Amino acid sequence: MADVEIDVRGQTCPVPLVECRKALKKASPGDLVIVKGTHPASRKEIPMACEAMGLEVLDIEDKEGGKEWEIKIRR
Amino acid sequence: MGEKTVIILHSGDMDKVYSALIIANGALAMGMEASIYFTFWGLMRLKKGELDKGQLSKMNMLGLGRQMIKKRMDKANVVSLERLMNDFKELGGKIIACEMTMEIMGLSKEELRTEWIDEWGAVGSYIQEARDASVTLFI
Repeated sequence: MADVEIDVRGQTCPVPLVECRKALKKASPGDLVIVKGTHPASRKEIPMACEAMGLEVLDIEDKEGGKEWEIKIRR
Repeated sequence: MGEKTVIILHSGDMDKVYSALIIANGALAMGMEASIYFTFWGLMRLKKGELDKGQLSKMNMLGLGRQMIKKRMDKANVVSLERLMNDFKELGGKIIACEMTMEIMGLSKEELRTEWIDEWGAVGSYIQEARDASVTLFI
């Protein structure tokens, strides 16, 4: 098991969602994928995508006074 | 899986090509399958070096409006169509090119970005593709 971190801070639609999917595709089952971003819609859409794909979102954390977020996903 | 989005891209306008590729990438990113059927003016965007050469569907103003929107898109950090296409292919997206359009426009396969194209077809290919799709759009 490994941790994969992707940084999509400053990126807009559809990049955070797409980069998250690419990372999940490359990761192995059990890996932890951590996505860091700033795009507001992706904060709710990444968990929606995970739910649709049957993946567990472990944590959603707001940072920098709500300007940044970090989502942890178990592949 | 099992869910699918199938888009017909009839327009070759830059903003509409963006719409098609963003929606298709979104579908793939959310765990669906996705296909884009390129036809008529849309197919022109598959010619070598032409993906981002479409004009703006409204307020093009001989290219001035297009230039302005491009600048604003850069400022908003919107990625290029080339990047969206590469992501689409990397995530397993499928591209179908319309053969009748090729005939009408006098296009040969050598003029197109064949590395992106998975299938050459006609209306039957679209219907077959869309038969079990839960989302299908005409852009």
